[in-house]
Amino acid sequence: MHPFAIELLQLLMLLGLAPAFAGWVKVVKCRLQGRTSPGILQPYRDIGRLFVKDVVLAENASWIFRFTPYLAFGVTVLAGGIIPLISVDLPLAATADIIALVMLFAIIRFFTALAGMDIGTAFGGMGASREMMISSLAEPAMLMAVFTVSLASSSTSLTHMVTVMAHNPLMIRPSLAFALIAFIMIALAETGRIPVDNPATHLELTMIHEAMILEYSGRYLALIEWAGMMKLMLFFSLGIAAFCPWGIAAGGDPPDLALGVAAFIFKLMLGGVIMVLIETGLAKMRIFRVSEYLGSAFLLATLGMIAFFILE
Amino acid sequence: MSNALVVQLNMLLAALILLTSFALLVQRRIFAILHIFAWQGFFLGLSTAIIGYATGVHHLYVSSLLTLGMKVVLLPYILYKLIHKLKIHREIESMINTPATMMVGIALVIFSYHLTAPIRQLSSLMTRSTLALALATVMLGLLMMVTRRHAVSQIMGFLAMENGLFFAATSATYGMPMVVELGVALDLLIAAFIFGIFFFHINTTFDSLDVEQMAKLKETD
Repeated sequence: MHPFAIELLQLLMLLGLAPAFAGWVKVVKCRLQGRTSPGILQPYRDIGRLFVKDVVLAENASWIFRFTPYLAFGVTVLAGGIIPLISVDLPLAATADIIALVMLFAIIRFFTALAGMDIGTAFGGMGASREMMISSLAEPAMLMAVFTVSLASSSTSLTHMVTVMAHNPLMIRPSLAFALIAFIMIALAETGRIPVDNPATHLELTMIHEAMILEYSGRYLALIEWAGMMKLMLFFSLGIAAFCPWGIAAGGDPPDLALGVAAFIFKLMLGGVIMVLIETGLAKMRIFRVSEYLGSAFLLATLGMIAFFILE
Repeated sequence: MSNALVVQLNMLLAALILLTSFALLVQRRIFAILHIFAWQGFFLGLSTAIIGYATGVHHLYVSSLLTLGMKVVLLPYILYKLIHKLKIHREIESMINTPATMMVGIALVIFSYHLTAPIRQLSSLMTRSTLALALATVMLGLLMMVTRRHAVSQIMGFLAMENGLFFAATSATYGMPMVVELGVALDLLIAAFIFGIFFFHINTTFDSLDVEQMAKLKETD
């Protein structure tokens, strides 16, 4: 298959599967907590409903508020073109390495925080300040965690990292184990899951991400929600690509690609179950404990890096 | 087991020992500290046994068993009883700036890496790379003794330091002579008893195990 066709396939997979993945997480969570689930297709219905609804816009909303949903959606899709999901033969992947990828996520967060403050409601400002606090702590830790993988594969280019990691002989590497734990902790914080934020509630005192996007409605909200689902899936894909890329296709052969897709979906579903287990086992922590939580993540990531130098 | 696998397992255990030292450093609950200490002893005993198996130095089995018996079962048990008797098992220690302590801990790890770099170059043992982590464990124990205010957690810092020394001996020279190790083990046991007596004395005199209280010279403020 032509590389551009693979790229297109991957983007379509991302766009199409992200709501299903969010639905899968909800279904597993409901099962685990003994509730009846709305079904794996519910996120599609939610997005569809939001798209046909009218937009209610505050009078003083500036262009930032209207522009942010499109930016969030577009940048997330771009990030999805960079992370290798099913094959390492991606033309877009050459445009950005892992540092640029972290920056892309930072851009989304920056504009979402601005949009949260744009309307001037109390909740928007509160959510924005909280989100900024969390991201300022999570970002260095995130970079440290991915740098450990970069060290192990001596490159910051994602496709190269994936190729090296997929062909490494299986061995016990404490550095990568530390980096993986740190990565999971940060991913939970960055995608706004329990123990840092609860995606299911609109409880005023505790919400972070929801507080920022509280004023959005209609197609804007649909875009932001969709981008959020894709972001969740992308963090999983990043984890899969960096830490367990086995099964990913090296080129564009259709059988390899089919295997890549199957392996990716399997790992994604497994990852969703693991995340639900973590979320169900933990309670949401107080916001002032988050700095300690992310500090530990940073510590683990740094330990991983140190362990790489000392031990390997 | 092949040598490469032994080295990898030993590295993993060394990394886990370092992780437990960091966990000791930042843990607030007294019982959790005890559990983590027991885990550290377990990893240490396991690592010693593996090195003993790989190198054929069989007295390491004895020290491994000694470590498992003393540091995983006996010492935590004695301290557990003590904590119950002193009725401090629900206490949560207040700590100043945990993230900063972690950063200092990371700096100490890097420092010990630099300190042991010459030894690593000269040594030809299979455990040479874990020496830096062993030294770091010693330093983290010391840091714990410095930053903590509670007498029990200071003692845990001391015991963690001892763990680090033991680990350093194993990684640098495949263990100390049997006599020395037996002596140290006995010393530790005696130390645990003396700590117990001291805990009681501090607790009856000051009504608390917070060592800040000891800075007061007068009985009334």
